[in-house]
Amino acid sequence: MRACVADDASKLARIVDDFPILRERTVRGRRLVYLDSAATSQKPQCVIDALVTYYSTYNANIHRGVYEIAERATDAFEGARGKVARFVNANPRELVWTRNTTEAINLVAHSWGGANIKPGDVILVTQLEHHSNLVPWQELAARTGARLTYVPVDDRGLHVLDDLDDLLDGVKLVALSHVSNTLGTIAPLDIIVPRAHAAGAVVLVDGAQAAPNMPVDVKALDVDFYAFSGHKMCAPTGIGALYGKRALLEAMPPFLTGGDMIRTVTYDGATYNDLPWKFEAGTSNIAGAIGFGAAVEYLSQIGMEWVREHERSLVSYAFERLRELEPRGLVVYGPRDPDLVADVISFNYADIHPHDLASILDGEGVCIRAGHHCTMPLMEKMGWPATARASFYIYNTRQDVDALIDALGKAAAIFKIDRAGAAGALGG
Amino acid sequence: MDDFYRDYILDHYRNPRNFGHLEHPDVVAEDTNPLCGDRIRMELLVDANGIVADVRFFGKGCAISQASASMLTETVKGRPLADVARLTKEAVLENVGIGISPARLKCAMLGLKVLKTAAVGQLASWPDED
Repeated sequence: MRACVADDASKLARIVDDFPILRERTVRGRRLVYLDSAATSQKPQCVIDALVTYYSTYNANIHRGVYEIAERATDAFEGARGKVARFVNANPRELVWTRNTTEAINLVAHSWGGANIKPGDVILVTQLEHHSNLVPWQELAARTGARLTYVPVDDRGLHVLDDLDDLLDGVKLVALSHVSNTLGTIAPLDIIVPRAHAAGAVVLVDGAQAAPNMPVDVKALDVDFYAFSGHKMCAPTGIGALYGKRALLEAMPPFLTGGDMIRTVTYDGATYNDLPWKFEAGTSNIAGAIGFGAAVEYLSQIGMEWVREHERSLVSYAFERLRELEPRGLVVYGPRDPDLVADVISFNYADIHPHDLASILDGEGVCIRAGHHCTMPLMEKMGWPATARASFYIYNTRQDVDALIDALGKAAAIFKIDRAGAAGALGG
Repeated sequence: MDDFYRDYILDHYRNPRNFGHLEHPDVVAEDTNPLCGDRIRMELLVDANGIVADVRFFGKGCAISQASASMLTETVKGRPLADVARLTKEAVLENVGIGISPARLKCAMLGLKVLKTAAVGQLASWPDED
């Protein structure tokens, strides 16, 4: 065991070393402690190099160029598709490049939703959803006359499945996040997906917070659509992916139309390209896709099982350290169980507004997020005006958790939380 | 940022002045800051001479927005409404002191924005009422 821990420590040190911003950057003379990877991850050198190499040695548009660098760009672009597809155990034909998770969900809402959702149909989501997996369905429901219903969550942010079969009755589509970006809750897909299918529903999973943090196998999960973003998993911004089962994608009309997504065009009309290009109108984010390929290659070398274990251990340690502050008014939201949580911890500290907390932590070089985390209905349901959120990734260490706790101590001193009865809790 | 959270800021945050509602305000304005979810409502009572006879604010949010609004109510009570309409951000910075980061300036200025909206709206409405 001891050797194993030592290996882990040196592996972690090597990972930190792969990220120039963590290796070199300081904030007001302090080491940068980045605890906001759920918003966007930092980028390793190999991903940055992949972008630089593309732009400086073979920058060209893809697919119809017959010259050497265009062929190389096409190979790299399609090769990256293969890497990202393999990363989630999908066939490359079933993997569509998008800008991000939001665009992938909108693609399904417009294309599949437009063709399949009729007046009176029911779309089932959960109370945990990020606005990006909620507003597109609200809009689809409004456009089509369908109804939106919710899987409830309890006060710890866990899905309440007691009435699941009733909720699924007559449902056409179930859309839910694999991992909650606000509370870190891991959805029980193994229970929900088969029962949704038994009820005849199609299942879309928002994987934006799961694909970066744990092994994802879309075939084993048996989901119909799986959407995820590159920038939360070491890739550049502006590139994401939608996995869809082939039969569904084949039957769907295009989302955006124009160049690249067509087979033939006449003055009278057009026929469409094969999968997945049917859904990729216009010049894609070529560099971004190549960077995404490099990112999943990097993550695969680390091993997604290791990533999950590393984060479980960090979250567990953070729960332990945060508990020390509970007598002084620190409240942790969400499941509070490392087995049920991915990479995120939401909390508040006495009556310190999370934005004040984030400002004070920033002064200590610690980056956290504060606010409603794009889950305003959840915040309202729970009665939290806002929360502070720390999120962890492959390059975070126990020292980062300690830095968070030290910075919270500083905030407590500034707000005089230590003094008797200074404050009641902010909410929840 | 550490310099910012002085005792008087925390005092105004925890014990806001002129907090609550007026029974019959002459003018009311409200706004939010989407970054923090800060919410400030300002209610003014204006006498026949155009003087702010009384003021209340109501809101929720970070210490910066709430303390800044609280201090502003003290600034404007007893002042002519025309002066309130002409208040600048320097007035707020004088109240809260230095050291506020650009990202949080919006929090500090929310109270001023709401107060000026109220004052300008009331001034504009006077000729019609006369």
